Amino acid sequence: MSFFSLFSLALTAILAENFVLVKFLGICPFLGVSKKTDTAVGMGMAVVFVMGLASMVTWLVNEYFLIPLDLAYMQTVVFILVIAALVQFVELFLKKFVPALYTALGIYLPLITTNCAVLGAALINVQNGYTFIQSIAFGVFSGLGFTLAIVLFASVRERLEFAKFPKAFAGFPQALVTAGLIAMAFMGFSGLSIG
Amino acid sequence: MAENTKVQTKTEAEAKPKNSGKVKEIFLNGLIFQNPILVLFLGMCATLAVTTSLTNGIGMGLSTTAVLICSNVVISLLRKVIPKEVRIACYVVVIAAFVTIVDLMLQAYVPALSESLGLFIQLIVVNCIILGRAEAFASKNGPFYAAVDGLSMGLGFTLALCAMGFIRELLGNGAILGHQVLPQGASMIAAPAGGFIVLGLLVALTQYLKTRAADKKKGGNQA
Repeated sequence: MSFFSLFSLALTAILAENFVLVKFLGICPFLGVSKKTDTAVGMGMAVVFVMGLASMVTWLVNEYFLIPLDLAYMQTVVFILVIAALVQFVELFLKKFVPALYTALGIYLPLITTNCAVLGAALINVQNGYTFIQSIAFGVFSGLGFTLAIVLFASVRERLEFAKFPKAFAGFPQALVTAGLIAMAFMGFSGLSIG
Repeated sequence: MAENTKVQTKTEAEAKPKNSGKVKEIFLNGLIFQNPILVLFLGMCATLAVTTSLTNGIGMGLSTTAVLICSNVVISLLRKVIPKEVRIACYVVVIAAFVTIVDLMLQAYVPALSESLGLFIQLIVVNCIILGRAEAFASKNGPFYAAVDGLSMGLGFTLALCAMGFIRELLGNGAILGHQVLPQGASMIAAPAGGFIVLGLLVALTQYLKTRAADKKKGGNQA
């Protein structure tokens, strides 16, 4: 796996095929935890961490457990269980050994189990037949793409707080239209690919 | 005016929760007052991703409805057996099992639809609507009401998906169910950006109708 192809994978995962704005994965936390830039950064970091780890573990489970036993059709069930267990384990581990990181990420971790971006990344890894290294890289880079999108979005929302808009758009609709405009900007990256 | 009468029906149903009243109440809640997409804002990923056409919207809506009804019934039957501490994990296993069944059935009988919905069939597992209904309704009610709740929430979801799919297919590709009706469409509407904006406008419309109905009702009471 050369540096060049890794760079190409990063570019695709972060910009051209951004998880949130192009593939529509992880919309719930994207809309729910994006009122303040600080919390958006925290959520983003937690997602990068869990997605990298989950990509690694699900790849191993799939390669050494599901495929030899001919149980590939059970992927959805097994992966979601693995992810849920993993998140719980990471939470306990951080609480015990890295309390500083736990206080920073703690409240976001339980939310990640139902973040479809994590399960999505695990399933895409399998579908695209990525190698072990590629899977981890894809998980981490997609997480970074999520972070980029949510931080951009939160910064725009912070400024919108004082804007005037029609009453019917209060709250959710306004956020959706904002996200639409950001997604439009990301359409500019869609042709981007190397190699 | 129509909105106004619906609001009154709801208050009546709430006032006397009898058997037939309860079914009706659950039904109206799922379809309109608690519409999972337009009012509760649950299940956004699937909503935005698959609604590039009406066919996709219907397919996704009905698949989710099937999973929702089955998982609601099973969870309701098991509600006294499942220990409280590990309930979320149990719900997820039940839901994942039904999603796998639906996924395999679609692959076998409607491969074209399965192809175009892709990853999002498997991602029904993490659709917040299903886990949300399991936690909020099925774990507290009997299997019959749980089934009714699953059906009405699922249909509410399908309704909103169809509205989205219809608008995006018509404006984005100029077609209805694959038949060309307009000479050309604005491909932006079918693109991801269009999805966000169309949904934003739909929710804004819902909120507008809701406040207008509430205002009217308030005005009527005062007079």
